[in-house]
Amino acid sequence: MKKETKTSIPFRYKMITVLLLFVGTFIVSIVYGAANIQVKDVWLSLASNAEGSDISIIREIRLPREIAAVFVGAALSIAGAIMQGMTRNPLADPGLLGLTAGANAALAVAIVLLPSLNYFGTMLACFLGAAIGAGMVFGISAIKRGAFSPFKIILAGAAVSAFLQAISEGIGIYFNVSKEVSMWTAGGLIGTTWGQLQIIVPFIVASMLIAIGLSRQLTILSLNEEVAVGLGQKTAQIKAVLFVIIILLAGAAVALVGNMAFIGLMVPHIVRAIVGTDYRYILPMSAFVGAILMLLADTLARTINAPWETPIVAIISVMGLPFFLLIIRKGGRAFT
Amino acid sequence: MFRLQTENINIGYGEHLIVKDLTVEIPDKKITTIIGSNGCGKSTLLKAITRIIAHESGTVILDGEDISKQDTKKLAKKMAILPQTPESTNGLTVGELVSYGRFPYQSGFGRLKKRDYEMIEWALEVTGTIEYRFRPVDALSGGQRQRVWIAMALAQETEIIFLDEPTTYLDMAHQLEVLELLQKLNEEQERTIVMVLHDLNQAARFADYIIALKDGQIVQSGNCESVITHNVLKEVFHIDAEIGEDPRTGKPMCITYNLMKEEKQQ
Repeated sequence: MKKETKTSIPFRYKMITVLLLFVGTFIVSIVYGAANIQVKDVWLSLASNAEGSDISIIREIRLPREIAAVFVGAALSIAGAIMQGMTRNPLADPGLLGLTAGANAALAVAIVLLPSLNYFGTMLACFLGAAIGAGMVFGISAIKRGAFSPFKIILAGAAVSAFLQAISEGIGIYFNVSKEVSMWTAGGLIGTTWGQLQIIVPFIVASMLIAIGLSRQLTILSLNEEVAVGLGQKTAQIKAVLFVIIILLAGAAVALVGNMAFIGLMVPHIVRAIVGTDYRYILPMSAFVGAILMLLADTLARTINAPWETPIVAIISVMGLPFFLLIIRKGGRAFT
Repeated sequence: MFRLQTENINIGYGEHLIVKDLTVEIPDKKITTIIGSNGCGKSTLLKAITRIIAHESGTVILDGEDISKQDTKKLAKKMAILPQTPESTNGLTVGELVSYGRFPYQSGFGRLKKRDYEMIEWALEVTGTIEYRFRPVDALSGGQRQRVWIAMALAQETEIIFLDEPTTYLDMAHQLEVLELLQKLNEEQERTIVMVLHDLNQAARFADYIIALKDGQIVQSGNCESVITHNVLKEVFHIDAEIGEDPRTGKPMCITYNLMKEEKQQ
């Protein structure tokens, strides 16, 4: 029997490549936009105290916006990867399973009841809403035994999302706050400020670090729950912590950008094709690939119809829908 | 001495008890096989003993202590379980899967140490799966895949190994291959093996101790001569079996059988 050897490229080279790609995309996303900016000014705005109109555009408008894109992309991708691993459902995504719709509805309620709510309060409302949305989807799926099949969860997710979306819109129309509500749901990354980032980003970073710390547990859990118990995992505790992390990541993303489906669905699949099935590799890689995808989408949103913005949600959906259909075609089962 | 036993366990929910008031002792360093018809509670019992599912009442005792009070990670160093037909492994390679058997010995981010590598090598070697270590598990045949899962259980380095129908979906040769591997592990390394089997003749041939279950209760337990009998099989499976002797092993074997017709007519 001929001896087989390992042929794949080590993870660190893949990671370095993705990191370089990430840095490149980040620079591109700052340079290209409605206002023409020189690469030199990008450098000056980051590395010096120089003043100038281009430099202040970068510092006050584009930089916070692109940083938001990075963290939203990373948060949604990690949340999607965790959900797919936990539920062993390749179609899991915070946008498709009611989390972002729930956060949106909570946001609408918060705008009406507490109009003077600050960023922190808005974010808490989003966490609560994401938890309610996820709770409803899993609650409905759990009514029937053995109903946690990929498609049933997706159906429950679609129904709950539509319901929660209707609530958001209803609140918007009834209380005449549609404009404020849609600023979030369709506004994308426009008007992201440093103040917002300061409050929300720490939550995202902390959640991501905890998630990466639990990535080995997630790999075991993603195999088969009985196997995980047999190997000595405290599955109930691990699942509870992971669930909280998903809520925090999805809620924080909505607080920054509004509704955003498909990122969390697509990215983990792309990443699995690169690094395989070990979540110790999938999670960190997903964060960067998600960031790259969001940066690209946002750059497109700003440039394809400049000086008007195209909604980033539309761009992501145009990319995501064919992907979704592709996974369905593979039977909703195959992961790679 | 029995390291492992159950005392009056009930498994199930409320009215629907699957296993009722069952007290069973698992002989040390022997091969124990659980037989019984579909839905009799064989797998359920196996899962309760290995703390995969909770039991309503009663206790499962390992080394003199209730397992529900023991640390689950420490338990994972004493007993390994191979569930029934684990699902797809999503492109995981054989080597990776087997390395997860070392999970109970790792902490933090899970760097493998020298001892871990040694055990993984040994598990791959002894199950004959070392030649496919870089192949995805999903690309293997049923028999190969089953041996890979057994390798993972072996890498767990436990004295007790539970297997839920390890021969399902395998052809005759591969079934024997798996059972002989388990027998070898039992004889050479004194591992305690507990498994659910459907094939009575395989149970008689490989088990030192057989537990025959019906409706969650023991009909008969003991060596193969006392369990593989006309009366026990009639009671457990509702069959009229012709029991002879295996000309090669001398063990009892079911040569042919019919359904219990006369009772049907009643």
